[in-house]
Amino acid sequence: MLDVVGRNEETAAGIRLELRRVGRWRPLLLLHSEDALECEAPFLDLLTADREVVIPSPPGFGRSERPDWVSSPDDIAYIILELIERRKLGGIDVLGCSLGGWIALEMATKEPAAFSRMALVAPYGAKFVGPTERDIADIWMLPPAEVTRRKWFDPKKGERDYKAMPEERLSIIARNNESFARFCWEPYMHNPKLKHRLERVRAETLFIWGENDGIVTPAYGRTFADHVPGASFAAIAEAGHYPHIEQPGAFMQCLRAFLD
Amino acid sequence: MKVWHFTEMPYPYLPPLDEVSTMWVSLPNRIFDPKIGADLYERYLDEYVIADELGFNLMLNEHHQTATCLNAAVPLTAAILARQTKRGRICVLGNPVANRGDPVRVAEEMAMVDCISRGRLDAGFVRGVPYEVFAANTNPTQTVERLWEAIDLIVKAWTTHDGPFGFEGRFTHRRAVNIWPRPYQSPHPPIWITGSSDFDAIRKVASRGYTFATFLQPHESVRKMFDAYRSAYRDCGLPGGGGMAYMPLVYTADSEAEAEKGAQELSWYINVKVEPQYRNPPGYVPVALNVKALQGAYAGRTAAIRAQGLEFQKEQGVVVYGTPDSVVAQIKRFHERVGGFDHLLMMQQAGFLDHQRTVRSMTLFAKEVLPRIAHLTGVAAPVGAAAE
Repeated sequence: MLDVVGRNEETAAGIRLELRRVGRWRPLLLLHSEDALECEAPFLDLLTADREVVIPSPPGFGRSERPDWVSSPDDIAYIILELIERRKLGGIDVLGCSLGGWIALEMATKEPAAFSRMALVAPYGAKFVGPTERDIADIWMLPPAEVTRRKWFDPKKGERDYKAMPEERLSIIARNNESFARFCWEPYMHNPKLKHRLERVRAETLFIWGENDGIVTPAYGRTFADHVPGASFAAIAEAGHYPHIEQPGAFMQCLRAFLD
Repeated sequence: MKVWHFTEMPYPYLPPLDEVSTMWVSLPNRIFDPKIGADLYERYLDEYVIADELGFNLMLNEHHQTATCLNAAVPLTAAILARQTKRGRICVLGNPVANRGDPVRVAEEMAMVDCISRGRLDAGFVRGVPYEVFAANTNPTQTVERLWEAIDLIVKAWTTHDGPFGFEGRFTHRRAVNIWPRPYQSPHPPIWITGSSDFDAIRKVASRGYTFATFLQPHESVRKMFDAYRSAYRDCGLPGGGGMAYMPLVYTADSEAEAEKGAQELSWYINVKVEPQYRNPPGYVPVALNVKALQGAYAGRTAAIRAQGLEFQKEQGVVVYGTPDSVVAQIKRFHERVGGFDHLLMMQQAGFLDHQRTVRSMTLFAKEVLPRIAHLTGVAAPVGAAAE
């Protein structure tokens, strides 16, 4: 059970955004993945022991609004930057997972002083190979069973009992899935400009990757890290796309060593 | 009642279906033999010409990357029919303008076909089935928005005659639109839109005075859709009654036994194999339906019909088959059950149904069914009561 410091709303760029704050002491921004699994995961309990985790729902996710003009993580980055400024959280540490990691990188290139330390778990957002090659698996075209196999070292950890969930929660999940597609469909899962902007990142950066991630491979992650000045890379064994969910202990050890 | 012949122009010569996971999107095209394909195009187009000679109107559609439909560019086949047919109207149903990405080009193509056919074109616009977004790479959460921006731009291109206009919309940017040719018909070809149970969309179609078409749905659902159309049309105060169109599979034969065999062949179309992730890309249907999908209670709009057998489908009006007398009775019953409609679109060829049987079915229908249903209108007289 988490100490909920507050669940409220904030408006940024004219958009009403859901905002949760959990835990205590030094703030940490959590930009969750497209599945928002982080919000209920055991590792969050470990993190909130000594960090006040600030969890915005980006436009189109959770209970946040989604105006028509918002169409990409690039747009979302400006909006969350506005949110940080309004809450006087400049220079915060950030943990960005998957889509959240992409958003964090966009933010870091636009406002180098926004983050002190930036931990990224298997972020999307850049493409390094040619027009007919993929370095990010096509999660919407692959059969669902294949996507699960690639995302999880232990697929059982990815099972969700939708039939047991109340309708309100299912509506949020369905809308999150829709928003994810709205923002990331084309160009597929990347911003062609991002890799050219990574030089602007000033935050101390760590890329954390599950060794068995079949959506974006560790090789992709290392290439990504090579583009960010001074960034380091850590791999977590027996973990897929969500090492923080599959191996919370090993993950937190890695994260704490970086943050503290 | 206007009656229209239709085939989706399938390429049914596939590996055994238990070895194939999908007919759509990712079935490799080495399975398409161009020589067989050429023969099929020739045969399907011959059947359209025969349909014209028999007194049918002609409906075409467009699909991509699928063995179920070789008509991957409907302006081409429409143009062929515009030259090769003389009498029938040609309904393009439809240009997939949510996916095509260049509405002005579509406006030009349709204007050409309209001129070449001397005003026989009915121009339809469709969102496209969910599987299409993978071929076209359209954002599945934006298909409705893209559809209507495209339609608005096409109508403006058709009806602006005083020189170029610019257009900077969400999805299309053009500097100077001034299409040559412009349509033959004035103000433009009749517009058709397809749909199913999205009642807001149906009301929008009615409010524009467009014809609404739906396919292979049970009569109860069709009744609701057509009632929604009729009342929205009335509410908008537009002249006439608008137009409602329905497509079943149709097979007419000399005997009931033969008819059932033919209908079984046509059912190939209903039993198409598609991988699950192609059936429901995110955002193609509203959140409420995706909640049902997560609960395991929604498998796509036609899944329920697919699961049932031919008898059930006949009872629902999804497949019409029998001797001419039986076919007349089925059409009249469906017409009454849905409160009347204006256009009977008939898939008279599908799957392996060969040329000889297709033409026999078409001929029987033209000679012995069509004259007996041509008088039916968009408003069905209830049994024993005066017509409205």
